[in-house]
Amino acid sequence: MTLETPSPEAPPERHFLQMAFANRSFVIGLVITAIVADMALLSFVWTPYDITHLVVADRMKGLSIAHPLGTDHLGRDILSMIMIGARNSIAVAIVAVGIGMGIGVPLGTWAAARGGLVDEILMRFNDLVFAFPALLSAIMITAIFGPGAINAIIAIGIFNVPVFARVARAGALSIWPREYILAARAAGKSKALITIEHILPNIVALLLVQGTIQFALGILAEAGLSYLGLGAQPPMPSWGRMLFEAQTRMMIAPHLAIFPGLAIVITVLGLNLLGDGLRDLLDPRLRRER
Amino acid sequence: MLAYLAKRIAIGLVTLIVASAVVFLVLEIVPGDPALLMLGMNAEPEALAALREDMGLNQPVVLRYFGWVAGMAFGDFGNSYTYSTPVLELIGGRVMVSLPLALISLFLSTAIALPVGIFAASRRGKPADTISMGAAQIGVAIPNFWFALILIYLFAVWLRLVPAGGFPGWDAGLWAGFKALFLPAIALALPQAAILARVTRSAMLEVLGEDYIRTARAKGMPRRIVLWHHALRNALIPVLTILGLQFAFLLAGTIIIENVFYLPGLGRLIFQAITQRDLIVVEGVVMLLVATVIAVNILVDIGYAIVDPRLRTRR
Repeated sequence: MTLETPSPEAPPERHFLQMAFANRSFVIGLVITAIVADMALLSFVWTPYDITHLVVADRMKGLSIAHPLGTDHLGRDILSMIMIGARNSIAVAIVAVGIGMGIGVPLGTWAAARGGLVDEILMRFNDLVFAFPALLSAIMITAIFGPGAINAIIAIGIFNVPVFARVARAGALSIWPREYILAARAAGKSKALITIEHILPNIVALLLVQGTIQFALGILAEAGLSYLGLGAQPPMPSWGRMLFEAQTRMMIAPHLAIFPGLAIVITVLGLNLLGDGLRDLLDPRLRRER
Repeated sequence: MLAYLAKRIAIGLVTLIVASAVVFLVLEIVPGDPALLMLGMNAEPEALAALREDMGLNQPVVLRYFGWVAGMAFGDFGNSYTYSTPVLELIGGRVMVSLPLALISLFLSTAIALPVGIFAASRRGKPADTISMGAAQIGVAIPNFWFALILIYLFAVWLRLVPAGGFPGWDAGLWAGFKALFLPAIALALPQAAILARVTRSAMLEVLGEDYIRTARAKGMPRRIVLWHHALRNALIPVLTILGLQFAFLLAGTIIIENVFYLPGLGRLIFQAITQRDLIVVEGVVMLLVATVIAVNILVDIGYAIVDPRLRTRR
């Protein structure tokens, strides 16, 4: 048995890792995501400059060795702002995905297990949430409960619920008719137990892929809300807010608008590539759906 | 097919009614008294009470809800608290900006995405496919408002070809209005086009693997006709689904894009109405948007039947 040609007898983990590292999307996505995540983590202990320290004399400076991405209208270092902003974007998106999964997956698997009226009601509820364009409901929620990172999380999280409910339901429905489920039922196991023991492990791949996609969408949504002034409030830096503040100063200092935007694009791109790669790796059958 | 359609419309109506109850209830719990907001913090208690009475804020919630729904059913959306004009009139003026904007971007994104998706599918695995799908992957990741800022910088600030924002009104002429909507439409269209191009490509790839495509090619039919006539028509179902979903995205996207370009559309109206606590305007615009999304979804279902005759008899 050689490493180059994995035979069917190769241990599954090694086989998977080999496939993973041969998948271009997965590798590029993983590297980008890891860099962004590390940058956010690093910002907890170190940033090139202290962003609470305003140096008005240094305002709107272009790129230099001292400030690789320049400074903003208050003289703050843009690289440091982007690093701390990454923290905010990632936190909002991760928790929003958590809310979506935490509520959506139990609902979806419950609907698939029960069928009938429960299923019908849940699907109509899904239609209802989908009838509200996501950004619109997010704006309404943040406008009602006040702007801030927490409310942005709730707003984005609520929209994630029907997405995960739908994916979990569809996945679970495809597993229920299988023979081993029938065997488990014949053995007298309850539907809840079967869901936990057999259904969930089989739809984890689906949920992971969807989670990556929703993570990327969450970053975009958070940026949009912050741009409108409904996300994290100053002095906490956020990428969307940096873009808003850059808009009126773009004529004299275009770099103010370029770098926070690039940070969003690179992060979302990394997550989308990671999601694509994961989908190919975890479930080759899914590839045909996209 | 008719029965299916009737069921779809019935479900759509029920969704709309439930949505109206949700919107009304949610906005009921908004902190802040609209009457107090109109008169200011130093308002006389008597004047405040009179205004509350006038605005119907003293009636029970259920009564107000039914009054509101019944009014909308007959085309009366109430009066705006801040503008003191009928909500429907306000909406009517703003729709003339938002609807053309959404339609132009929908047209642009389809006009870009279909050829790119089909082209990429026909060159599967070749450099052209890799490059166009790489570009689409980046396009999906671009936030439309950031793209809007870049466009403003390039075309308005640097090249001075189009205005950086604002809307002269359609009275200023069709061309002037179109010029003002051009950049916003591109900003909205590009990320959508990227998604649509990816969907088109994979739908086409699926169809291109079918036997009847090989048969058509084998009997000497030109590649172009096979691609655009046989394959595209069969690949349209997923493309239509995404187009329908995108219309809702475009409508929501107008909220943010209209704010970037200072366009007096529905998005800016609702955003301002929320900050001014002009709830009746918020309710009216939200219901209009929700109704549009539901209607578009039903239209997409009708579109399925037109594209794929097999679906007319099924269900």
